[in-house]
Amino acid sequence: MSTRLSKGGRLIDRTKPLSFTFNGRRMKGYHGDTLASALLGAGQTMVGRSFKYHRPRGVMASGAEEPNALVGLGQGGRFEPNQRTTTTELFEGAETISQNHWPSLEFDIGAINNKVARFLPAGFYYKTFMFPRFAWKHVFEPIVRQSAGLGKVPQHRDEDRYEYAYAFADVVIVGGGIAGIASALAAGRAGKRVWLIEQSAHWGGRAVVDGVQIDGQDAGDWVKNAIETLGKMANVTLRGRTMAAGLYDHGYLLAYERIADHTPGDGRPRHRLWRIRAGHVVTATGAIERPLSFAGNDIPGVMLASAVRDYVVNWGVSPGDRTVIVTNSDDAYRTALALLDAGLVVPAVIDARPEAKGELPEAVRARGVRVLAGHGIAKVKGGKEVTGVSVCIQAGEGAEIESIACDAVAMSGGWSPVVHLWSHCGGKLLWDEAQAMFRPDPKRPATGDDGAAMVTAVGAANGILTPHEILADAHRAAGGTGTAPGAVAAVEAPMQPVWIMPQGAGPALRMKMWLDPQNDVKVSDVQLAAREGYESVEHTKRYTTLGMATDQGKISNINGLAVLSDALSQAIPATGTTTFRPPYTPISMGAIAGEARGEIFQPLRRTPMHGWHETHGAHWEPVGQWRRAYCYLRSGEGVHDAVNREIRNTRNAVGLLDASTLGKIIVKGPDAGRFLDMLYTNLMSTLPVGKCRYGLMCTENGFLSDDGVVVRLTEDTWLCHTTTGGAERIHGWMEDWLQCEWWDWKVYTANVTEEYAQVAVAGPNARKLLEKLGGMDVSKEAFPAMEWREGTLGGFRARIYRISFSGELSYEVAVPASEGLAFWEALLKAGEALGVMPYGTEAMHIMRAEKGFIMIGDETDGTVIPQDLNLQWAISKKKDDYLGKRAQERKHMVDPDRWKLVGLETLDGSVIPDGAYAAAEGVNANGQRNMQGRVTSTYFSPTLGKGIAMGLVKRGPDRMGEVLDFPVDNGKVVKARIVDPVFFDKDGEKQNV
Amino acid sequence: MSKAVSALSGVSHKGFVQVSEAGLRGMITVRGDLGSAAMKKAVKAATGTAVPAQRRIEVASDRAAAWMSPDELLVLVPYGEAQATVAALEQALAGTHHLVADVSDARAVFTIRGARADEVLRKLCPVDFDALAEGEIRRTRAAQVAAAFWKSGPEEFTLVSFRSVAAYVMGLLEVSVRPGSELFPA
Amino acid sequence: MLTLECPYCGVKAEETELTAGGEAHLKRYGPGSSDEDFESYLFVRKNPKGVHFERWRHAYGCGKWFLAARCTATLEVFGTYPAQSKEPPAELQAKIRAKRPNWEGYR
Repeated sequence: MSTRLSKGGRLIDRTKPLSFTFNGRRMKGYHGDTLASALLGAGQTMVGRSFKYHRPRGVMASGAEEPNALVGLGQGGRFEPNQRTTTTELFEGAETISQNHWPSLEFDIGAINNKVARFLPAGFYYKTFMFPRFAWKHVFEPIVRQSAGLGKVPQHRDEDRYEYAYAFADVVIVGGGIAGIASALAAGRAGKRVWLIEQSAHWGGRAVVDGVQIDGQDAGDWVKNAIETLGKMANVTLRGRTMAAGLYDHGYLLAYERIADHTPGDGRPRHRLWRIRAGHVVTATGAIERPLSFAGNDIPGVMLASAVRDYVVNWGVSPGDRTVIVTNSDDAYRTALALLDAGLVVPAVIDARPEAKGELPEAVRARGVRVLAGHGIAKVKGGKEVTGVSVCIQAGEGAEIESIACDAVAMSGGWSPVVHLWSHCGGKLLWDEAQAMFRPDPKRPATGDDGAAMVTAVGAANGILTPHEILADAHRAAGGTGTAPGAVAAVEAPMQPVWIMPQGAGPALRMKMWLDPQNDVKVSDVQLAAREGYESVEHTKRYTTLGMATDQGKISNINGLAVLSDALSQAIPATGTTTFRPPYTPISMGAIAGEARGEIFQPLRRTPMHGWHETHGAHWEPVGQWRRAYCYLRSGEGVHDAVNREIRNTRNAVGLLDASTLGKIIVKGPDAGRFLDMLYTNLMSTLPVGKCRYGLMCTENGFLSDDGVVVRLTEDTWLCHTTTGGAERIHGWMEDWLQCEWWDWKVYTANVTEEYAQVAVAGPNARKLLEKLGGMDVSKEAFPAMEWREGTLGGFRARIYRISFSGELSYEVAVPASEGLAFWEALLKAGEALGVMPYGTEAMHIMRAEKGFIMIGDETDGTVIPQDLNLQWAISKKKDDYLGKRAQERKHMVDPDRWKLVGLETLDGSVIPDGAYAAAEGVNANGQRNMQGRVTSTYFSPTLGKGIAMGLVKRGPDRMGEVLDFPVDNGKVVKARIVDPVFFDKDGEKQNV
Repeated sequence: MSKAVSALSGVSHKGFVQVSEAGLRGMITVRGDLGSAAMKKAVKAATGTAVPAQRRIEVASDRAAAWMSPDELLVLVPYGEAQATVAALEQALAGTHHLVADVSDARAVFTIRGARADEVLRKLCPVDFDALAEGEIRRTRAAQVAAAFWKSGPEEFTLVSFRSVAAYVMGLLEVSVRPGSELFPA
Repeated sequence: MLTLECPYCGVKAEETELTAGGEAHLKRYGPGSSDEDFESYLFVRKNPKGVHFERWRHAYGCGKWFLAARCTATLEVFGTYPAQSKEPPAELQAKIRAKRPNWEGYR
């Protein structure tokens, strides 16, 4: 059983005890612990269960590669599942729960899966959940839903906040071990703008644990001094608790800073996502130790050898009293020495190599430890904890030679450089036969915007495992001058690859050799996949789920693809690796969202009168990023009633519409008229100063894109109104043509949409209302329709356009936005006796439909040309060219069978559902009913007391009076007659008064 | 002029730096040939400054001229003088191809004041602040909206956005200045 | 995420300040053109793996459109230049040819 040692632990402060709970049980740790070291120190060897078979799981590693020891951490709004205990710092009062079991960690019903494991091989789900089809809904899906997912979903709103920050650097060095520090010293001294980031809270990496000597000092002291030196350099930024999550194009590096994970609730943002633009990235990300594949290598107490010495040296925690070490290299002997130094027992070192005679094995032998060269572990004994190992000959089939009692196993299968960042942006790898590892191929790095390498891997991340050479490599790669720091460490004999243990293990043993302990993928599963024809490593990954767990195969991938290669009888490089994708370790959703949540999730555009609408019952409708009042609800009133009231009031008295969101673009210059003639389908150059004209804009593909009223302000200046959603788009469209096609034309544009608050004053009393404000002559004689006037209206600087979208007598008044609210309130006050009332967008929509006016986005959908909407009157025949003209000449655009705009009137007065299709005779090639038209706008008209609609119908205008069938839900058919789309006041008598 | 109000009526938040809506400011878009003698004269008369060079803002007490693009300037004057300045610019540029538009009411102006003012903007704008020159105006985005800013004092930035998104921008600033979120704590 | 230097304001802008505008140096065909020419203008694009010329707008900056030459496979940027260019500048073409000897030219 694991326990806290009475002394030792370079990272913990025994004067600062911390208490925490695990599944409700109170436990004690120390400041400086991780959750994993604290759990082990408290004797909690088993910390969870695996995903598929619900096998007991313990801590296996000491860092980001940990596959097993995940917990739910926190409470309420700070609960988060799947927190890696090995990288989570302990804090006072931490509440943790284990995962993937029911009802309890010790007694788990799901563990039945383990008993039937032989019937749950790779691809079980694909093979099983296929037939019969009906079983999906009633049998398979409920089962899958019940067992899917790891950990519990948080039930509360996240209490923390998150943010982004942008940074720029010449060099970003990722990894704060001795390689990263040496690179940072070299780059910093060269005067470069340097960032050095480290995912953990501590500098120094492995060397400080492994007793390396650097420049005559203990590695720990050298690291401390070097960090102090770097801290004093103004050009160097040091960031701990910051993990480089991903590297993207042109040196774009995402780094995830865990600011307050270890101090929850202290008011600081929990996480910050740094978006760093790096001139160059140096990956000093180290290497990850690989497990060995022997039966029972997943039992709690079996750990990576490097992790075992991390727990002993860093946290004063012993994973067991008697630890057997199994290895294929000299490196693991360091673990034996660390355990012996701590006064613990190492019954034996089992070394798969035929002989073990290096400096480190000899040192271990000298301490009286048995070294069994040429041996392996046939299987680990135990269930929820290790009780012993069965020793065999590595070259054999697993016959037990002897049994050794122990409560922990430290395994080492060699090292895999952390090549994730190197690979994210296309850096290639090569297979290093001698060290049995994929390492960065310096000839094929990821390249940046200048075509040169943008990443350099150094140290262990570059496949160099000896400290002296690591420092030299890191110093040189960062442009260091002079001598690199020098290191002294034991000389190691070569390792020997071991992919399964023992070499001749039969099926029974292979079914208990775990490759991916989180997802329960075993050697036998990968071999089965190969037999079933999965030759590609990417396919095998998805079929077996190897490496698809939250650790993304950090410890399992290489072992897995070695087993696959062997099964396919091909070399490992021929199999290759799966793709390394960001993030390196999971990052929080909060960090990805940054500050964008709640009120600032996305920009909300407000007109100057927004606050007034809000306090006067506005029922909002989003229009692009704007929010417009759909209608204004009075107390006790429904939306439908409010809309009808607003329409009746506008038709009978006077209404106000906040039209500030309409786009307003000034177009000015000697060639402005010519330019607008190209932009609009009709002629704008002939529009007299003082007048307004409705215009249509099309894309080069001929389809309607926007519409609005164009105003001629002066001889060389026009003001173009666009739809609410079109302002920025149309301004960009204008600039595109002016800058990229007709750059010799003298035209300037300016988007002045937000300069003005604009109010539509519409209804029979509109004129009286403006007259009451006073200051401008708005009489029929002085101010005819489709003209504009400038002046002072009720003390406001105003420009008035006499245009109508409602069919009523209407003036649109523009005032400076800063005075918009005051103007709105002045209109309401002056109009009290005239029955003034605001109306919303829905009333506007219905009134325009009553008049048969089209709406961009309703009658158009990107496939409709002006001719379809009978707008030939707005298309100039005099012009040789305009944007969209050539496209509209194509033969299918002039086809008389096109669907064209008509009015639709239901025979029973009801409202046709929006988007309903008109059925025709026969079926198409797919056996579907033929269609001959569809509804584009449909409303209840309070003015006419019945449903009205507009639609596009094949040869529609030639078929007036015909009745069409509109099949709607539940087999019902609505019958509607084709009519003139102008339903109300056909002669325009109401607006021309 | 009492009828004219800025988008947020001068609201302010104090965190590790102070952020405030600065109130109404006269702003005029001027497009034309920035190298012409007429433009030099017009700008001099309006602001008392030279025509700014690429990405520069030329400031003279409460007036300034800022470079927006190779054929566009933003002229800043006290709010009450905007209309008169528009008329003067129109007159000075008459006969040349130009565009002058009053945009005073289409903008919101913010002041970010404090020793760590830059850290607030480093959270919102993809801009290399270490490379920002004195007197440089930078057009960019602040989170999801367009913005422009310049260093308007030893420990102060002025940021301009569109008026309609003033509340969004203030929301960004408020959350970004909350104590404890300093980017480079001592 | 790309960075491109805007030739108008000199800012080395990241992609979030820019909007992409598709292939550069298209010839517009209007009324009177053949169906083939019009189709090529509106719909036919090179989409090469390799050297490519594109339109970009510094939308969150100075608002100007510019053109960029880059490699779609490696994302190497050879250069940017004003939109008011009938063809890529000669020195840019020479630079690309030096780096990509098998490049068939921009047409």
